Amino acid sequence: MLAGLMPPEIWRLIVIVVQIVAIVLPLLVAVAYLTYAERKVIGAIQLRKGPNVVGPFGLLQPLADGVKLFLKETILPSGASKAVFIIAPMLTFFLALIAWAVIPFDEGWVLADINVGVLYLFAISSLGVYGIIMSGWASNSKYAFLGGLRSAAQMVSYEVSIGFVLISVLLSVGSLNLSDVVLRQKETVWFIIPHLPMFFIFLISALAETNRAPFDLPEAESELVAGYNVEYSAMTFALFFLGEYANMILMSGMTAILFLGGWLPPIDVAPFNWVPGIIWFALKICAVLFVFLWVRATFPRYRYDQLMRLGWKVFLPFSLFWLVLTAGVLVAFGWLPNQG
Amino acid sequence: MSFLDRTARAFLLTELFQGLALTFRYMFKPKVTINYPYEKGPLSTRFRGEHALRRYANGEERCIACKLCEAICPAQAITIEAEPRGDGSRRARRYDLDMTKCIFCGLCQEACPVDAIVEGPNFEYATETRAELMYNKSKLLANGDRWEAELALRIAEDAPYR
Repeated sequence: MLAGLMPPEIWRLIVIVVQIVAIVLPLLVAVAYLTYAERKVIGAIQLRKGPNVVGPFGLLQPLADGVKLFLKETILPSGASKAVFIIAPMLTFFLALIAWAVIPFDEGWVLADINVGVLYLFAISSLGVYGIIMSGWASNSKYAFLGGLRSAAQMVSYEVSIGFVLISVLLSVGSLNLSDVVLRQKETVWFIIPHLPMFFIFLISALAETNRAPFDLPEAESELVAGYNVEYSAMTFALFFLGEYANMILMSGMTAILFLGGWLPPIDVAPFNWVPGIIWFALKICAVLFVFLWVRATFPRYRYDQLMRLGWKVFLPFSLFWLVLTAGVLVAFGWLPNQG
Repeated sequence: MSFLDRTARAFLLTELFQGLALTFRYMFKPKVTINYPYEKGPLSTRFRGEHALRRYANGEERCIACKLCEAICPAQAITIEAEPRGDGSRRARRYDLDMTKCIFCGLCQEACPVDAIVEGPNFEYATETRAELMYNKSKLLANGDRWEAELALRIAEDAPYR
């Protein structure tokens, strides 16, 4: 009814804006409660209670933290390159959000159903390093600079093995569309079964890619104070923080889509396939996120040379080997998708 | 063979999974957190907290201004001025205790021949200004009146070991 009253272009625009809001708002709430979950999980592992004072079970803690960050003063260091300094956190946050455009939440529930979804995600996550380099450079501070350099080197190194992992998966799908990736897993099996080693490499690389423990060298507080975000405060810091956590959720979403069958129920039988796909997708994301937090509470930080050795001398050759193996098996058994 | 063993362990991530299993088990253990202002941990009867000057049961103050505590105090936090009172007994005119200097070693209560200066169980005496931590005699006596029941109990508990 409303659609008939206005030109179709405007109607399409409104629909897209509503869809964007419908993705971004729950995402921001998820980010807020991810910080809460992180503090609760790590607290539990360390035999503590975690936040439990603000609101019932401390559930309002993320809101209190958000208000605090919002009301604080944004400090611009006198030596900083002002424009870049401000743009860097915005860029990080922006990139963490736009990646969600191609993520399918359920069959057909995707903002931009493009045929190069995986490539798009890969490009966005590669761009993520710019926010950090820019902040490290623009802060004009040695800790921020070193943190930025480390982060750049780290993200570039692990991007390579993530790339090979993605190619192995894509070979078994025959499409770059993320919905097709999931649908292919419906026809066959979840890719965690044939590609189990790649699943672990992807998960570990995702930790490195999002600068999470045990690969949080860019913000190693014991050496670099806080790395690239030393000079940031208030909302600029909050944007980095939101970006980092949104990236964690994004990486978990990618893991769920590539290896855990996206929105598919674990078994396609009665009680399981009544549950809507988006619930399964959210559950899978939560499970992977829990691993992120669990790993942070368990492992000590890697040394820089160990990190580089793992990326270049273990993951890269191994994922390359697995890529060749995948290709070989697909050809040898005639399992290649989209033949003819 | 050891090379194979090591490589297999590295690739199967055995040690990482052991670590993860350990932390996962810890997640379900009982928490050790105490909700501090509402719950408090147990205190030893020998806990050395805020100081107090005690009185005898008839209300007479115990301190005789012998200055043994002032002499032994390693942080020189105590300042005493003595004078004979109207009835001829020796009493402290000033008994000042600088709580910002005190290191809570307990030597003052060890030195005291009449159990007058003691360190009590109270550790919640934070103030908003530094000046409030310069205790004088009346403040210390007030502390003694406030905590007397517990102070007497603590001394009685400790008596067999002295």
